[in-house]
Amino acid sequence: MNKIEVKGLYKAYSDKGRRINGYDECRLPEGSTVLHDINLSIKRRSFTCFVGPSGCGKSTLLRIMAGFEHPTKGWVFIDGMPVNGPSPRHIFVFQEDGLLPWMTTRENVALGVRDIKDSDERRRRIIEYIELVGLKGFEDHYPHELSGGMRRRAEVARALITNPDILFMDEPFGALDFLTRLQMREEMINVHMMFDTTILFITHDIDEAIQLGDQIVILSERPTNLRADIPLAFPHPRDFTKGGLAALRRDIYFQMGIHTAL
Amino acid sequence: MGEDGGERKNGFMKGALSKCRQADRILPALTVVVIIALWEWVVRIFSISPGVLPPPSRVAAALWGLAKSGVLFDYTVASLFRVTWGYFLAVAAAVPIGMFLGLWPLGRAVFNPIIQFLRPISPLAWIPLAILWLGIGDKPAVFLIFLAVFFPMLVCVMGSVAGIKVTYFRIAQNFGLTGYRLYTKVVLPAALPEIVVGLRITLGTAWLVIVAAEMIAVKSGLGYLIVDARNSLRMDRVIGGMVVIGIIGLALDRIIRRLETLPSVRWKRMQR
Repeated sequence: MNKIEVKGLYKAYSDKGRRINGYDECRLPEGSTVLHDINLSIKRRSFTCFVGPSGCGKSTLLRIMAGFEHPTKGWVFIDGMPVNGPSPRHIFVFQEDGLLPWMTTRENVALGVRDIKDSDERRRRIIEYIELVGLKGFEDHYPHELSGGMRRRAEVARALITNPDILFMDEPFGALDFLTRLQMREEMINVHMMFDTTILFITHDIDEAIQLGDQIVILSERPTNLRADIPLAFPHPRDFTKGGLAALRRDIYFQMGIHTAL
Repeated sequence: MGEDGGERKNGFMKGALSKCRQADRILPALTVVVIIALWEWVVRIFSISPGVLPPPSRVAAALWGLAKSGVLFDYTVASLFRVTWGYFLAVAAAVPIGMFLGLWPLGRAVFNPIIQFLRPISPLAWIPLAILWLGIGDKPAVFLIFLAVFFPMLVCVMGSVAGIKVTYFRIAQNFGLTGYRLYTKVVLPAALPEIVVGLRITLGTAWLVIVAAEMIAVKSGLGYLIVDARNSLRMDRVIGGMVVIGIIGLALDRIIRRLETLPSVRWKRMQR
């Protein structure tokens, strides 16, 4: 059985009130359809990358799958059960500001182990995960005292410590500089090998998708529909300048509207 | 990011900052000295009658007299007592109600017209009713402070809670923070920086109002000191009372400003 099934999903926004307390949501004309009949299956333990033109479709789709928003029509099933709200088993990694700024690294990571009763065990696990993402020595720093990359790492630690079933990542490395982004990619590949987690990853960077994903979902312009759903069975490390991967990369660029090879 | 370079830069910054600090302390003190000297000089050179504008030396003598007799201390305590009660009662009521209404748009829609209607009415306009309902003494004064603090504080808390980023609520939902924990771990800390600004402004208002209230409703306190001195035409005591009120207001502001340096309050400023 597939891990996630999306069936006939539609999302249209009509109410005016929605935008008032939404910083992270895009501004759309009223009554616009964002998602138009999305059908999708995602395998257990897969790493699925979503690419598509800028707009709100990708993020909205991810938020619906995570249970933060409700679809206008259609269903999302996780393990055969319809989604009707967020779950501590399905952790969302946000675009930015995903840490609570009034909590230290340690306190933020601790949000993920609230169900562990034994306080020694809890402390040990927190240290372990902070070290895992390379933030040793920054336990008592506040988010504003960390660099962009460190903040992302802290958030990843907070997500991983829950041993999540599904990881939803909404352009998590979009705001990072080029080298840090490459580093984070490498670590995501490690995470995917070490953890038994299904990862859904939005990116605007096609190369990032090619390097990370074992499934790439290409979405169209609004009203968003599936343009392609490509399986990627290439081993890591991946060099997208050669062979089959290079051809695939050209093909994806072409589908995204970049017609001459760059 | 070289740690070494960071250290050195920090050290440099600290040096520059401490120089700033010194100037920050010396300059205001200098201003005060200059103003007092000018005041004394003007009164003497134009030989102004002390009944119209007493010189600072006379004001100081009057204050010393009041302090020696213990009246000044008793009156200050009386004023602070009323402010403390009114202020804390109002904050204790406004924070939970404001948080509740901030998270509940329907409740906001229902109660906002009443709040916005009552808010612009000066607490002093309530004096006749306060005396009628609560009699003479501390109670009407405390009630007036309560009114002066409650409405601005309520509006402040409501607004800051309603403006909390959706992402923070989503994080809370995602990690299963609900009920009591949602309030203590997310809602209150997220709104705290703005609430502290509200606390600071309303403390100033409270001090402003207590003096006015004491001019009418009671027979003790710094406000009463001024009215009493006016009735006996002791302008040196009137100005002395004003000076003490100003100094205490300044001290209260200094104390509450400490709150702004707490890590749980500072994060918002550091984010920008």
